[in-house]
Amino acid sequence: MSRFTEIFDRLPLEALRRQSLDTSERTLLPILQRGRAATLADFAALISPAAGTQLEELSRLSQNLTRKHFGKTIRLFAPLYLSNECVNICKYCGFSRHVDIPRITIPVDQAVRESRALADQGFRSILLVAGEHPKSVSNGYVEEVVRRVLPVMPSVALELGPLRTHEYAPLVNAGCEGLVVYQETYHRETYKEMHPAGPKSNFNWRLETPERAYEARFRRIGIGALLGLYDWRWELIALAAHAQYLTRRCWRTQITLSLPRLRPAPGEFQPRHAMSDREFVQAICALRLLLPHAGLVLSTRESPHLRNGLIRLGITNMSAGSSTEPGGYSSYDQNDWKQTREQEGEQFHISDERSPREFAEAIRTQGYEPVWKDFDQSLVSSGTPSETHL
Amino acid sequence: MSDDLSIQPLTIADRSFGSRLLVGTGKFSSNETMRDALAASGTELVTVALKRADLSGGGDPFANILDYLDADRYLIMPNTAGAMNAEEAVRIARLAQAAGLPNWVKLEIHPDPNYLLPDPIETLEAARILVEEGFVVLPYINADPVLAQRLQDVGVATVMPLGSPIGSNRGLDTRAQIEIIIEQARVPVVVDAGLGQPSQAAEAMEMGADAVLVNTAIAVAADPCRMARAFSAAVRAGRCARELGQSPVSRTAQATSPLTAFLD
Repeated sequence: MSRFTEIFDRLPLEALRRQSLDTSERTLLPILQRGRAATLADFAALISPAAGTQLEELSRLSQNLTRKHFGKTIRLFAPLYLSNECVNICKYCGFSRHVDIPRITIPVDQAVRESRALADQGFRSILLVAGEHPKSVSNGYVEEVVRRVLPVMPSVALELGPLRTHEYAPLVNAGCEGLVVYQETYHRETYKEMHPAGPKSNFNWRLETPERAYEARFRRIGIGALLGLYDWRWELIALAAHAQYLTRRCWRTQITLSLPRLRPAPGEFQPRHAMSDREFVQAICALRLLLPHAGLVLSTRESPHLRNGLIRLGITNMSAGSSTEPGGYSSYDQNDWKQTREQEGEQFHISDERSPREFAEAIRTQGYEPVWKDFDQSLVSSGTPSETHL
Repeated sequence: MSDDLSIQPLTIADRSFGSRLLVGTGKFSSNETMRDALAASGTELVTVALKRADLSGGGDPFANILDYLDADRYLIMPNTAGAMNAEEAVRIARLAQAAGLPNWVKLEIHPDPNYLLPDPIETLEAARILVEEGFVVLPYINADPVLAQRLQDVGVATVMPLGSPIGSNRGLDTRAQIEIIIEQARVPVVVDAGLGQPSQAAEAMEMGADAVLVNTAIAVAADPCRMARAFSAAVRAGRCARELGQSPVSRTAQATSPLTAFLD
């Protein structure tokens, strides 16, 4: 099977985007009646302005499909930022090399302490996040963090700068379950403009990362697009194509999708292409109808109101009580899980500041079960079962 | 009510069960709902994914699904969900046993996380190892009669062919294959997965399955307890009919007064 980079430029993304804008009710109705999107063209129709008027029906279909495969459950996880050191310039990112913030890569011991604090809050699944900095965030460092964190955290995933397959392999062997890498934007020109310097400027290298991760045998691979950089329909169609491709090629891996949305914020990078809350919900439901088995991830970038609503509409994995600053959890009040100081080294500011416990209660209120533990690395590799308990 | 539909007990590996409905414990909206639905179903054999449980012995309040399963009431059968190959499945079964759970294991190895279809090659290998180690092995398989035979040759306690993919609610898509498995079976046949309606469970029992396993259809129902009762009744009805012997299906009408009665 060809690599995704070999077929990507042949995808008729712009044509599908235009087709989406012109979607008629006649095109749309049979897709809604089937309750599934069979092709990218169907998907384009489901994210059309015309489908926006059918959001209730779309939501109902998405809810049914999600319940069939995932039940009435939401899997919870927390990001743990290891480092904000980064060699890249990304115009929208708080960690970009050109941004003047205090830089830090937290020591392994601190990563373990923060993992314990997160475990005390209930989390049994974490995502280790770091900027791309081969010296400070070396493979040896990450591997040691993983090995030290696993005894308190049964599921560990990574979000790091892209690596080669043979560099991923030791991290998988150390016990990493998943890898997350967002393309940010699938639009080549916008990508080039947004990433003027650093290894991240190589669009194809990043685009092939999920395939390398699969070859290294990660069990879960997360992809995503940062919405707001380019036209959201174009990005969604490209992301859906990428997910479809990975689902076929990487058949042993669960694919998860994330749609981090840039929000207007004073003093920060302003989104160039707006996407309303209704459109955001529509996009999630449409993804569900195309990819009924994919994990759909929602972060604390979004507001409590929207997150509460989306629990029942297709989302399967959510973070809660997140800090986006390396070492940020060390400054949290351990009882009510509130920040006790300004997080000046954070990547972006979160919108949903509820504590993990508050959020778990919100999930229950929606008639869903918050699932803290859904994987245990010790069950599938040598080592003692995680010692996680209060 | 149950007297009207009394059925023979189900025997698996020398253990007798009054109910022929096995129930899974995933996808419920809360542990409390799951507990109540299990009770309502009348099941005596439940399966639980080890990956969601705490095996440390530390009583993890965030992974406490086992606290909601009454070991006096049900045989709690760990399953190997999450295993992608034989080695991992064997490891999970051993860890479950070491943690004090019964040595019964629902063997499920599905490397494809989308349709969760079982890997026949890895399943056979894991079954062979686990049976040798003394486990009572109940393997989840595709409805493949030869694989079912091969598994029985290595000594599994049941075979559990799928009616259709997990959570699909499609019922007995694999009916013709399951009929062959039932015809050839030396161990109980449990139809597992894809049963979305009580009528589909009854159909499986009527065709001669020894039991069925249901999870999604109960867990995501608007009222899981009532749906559990509905499945329970359907399983008993289907089994009862099977025990009584069914009338053959015919495309033509059969005269109530036989045409040749004048010869008697």
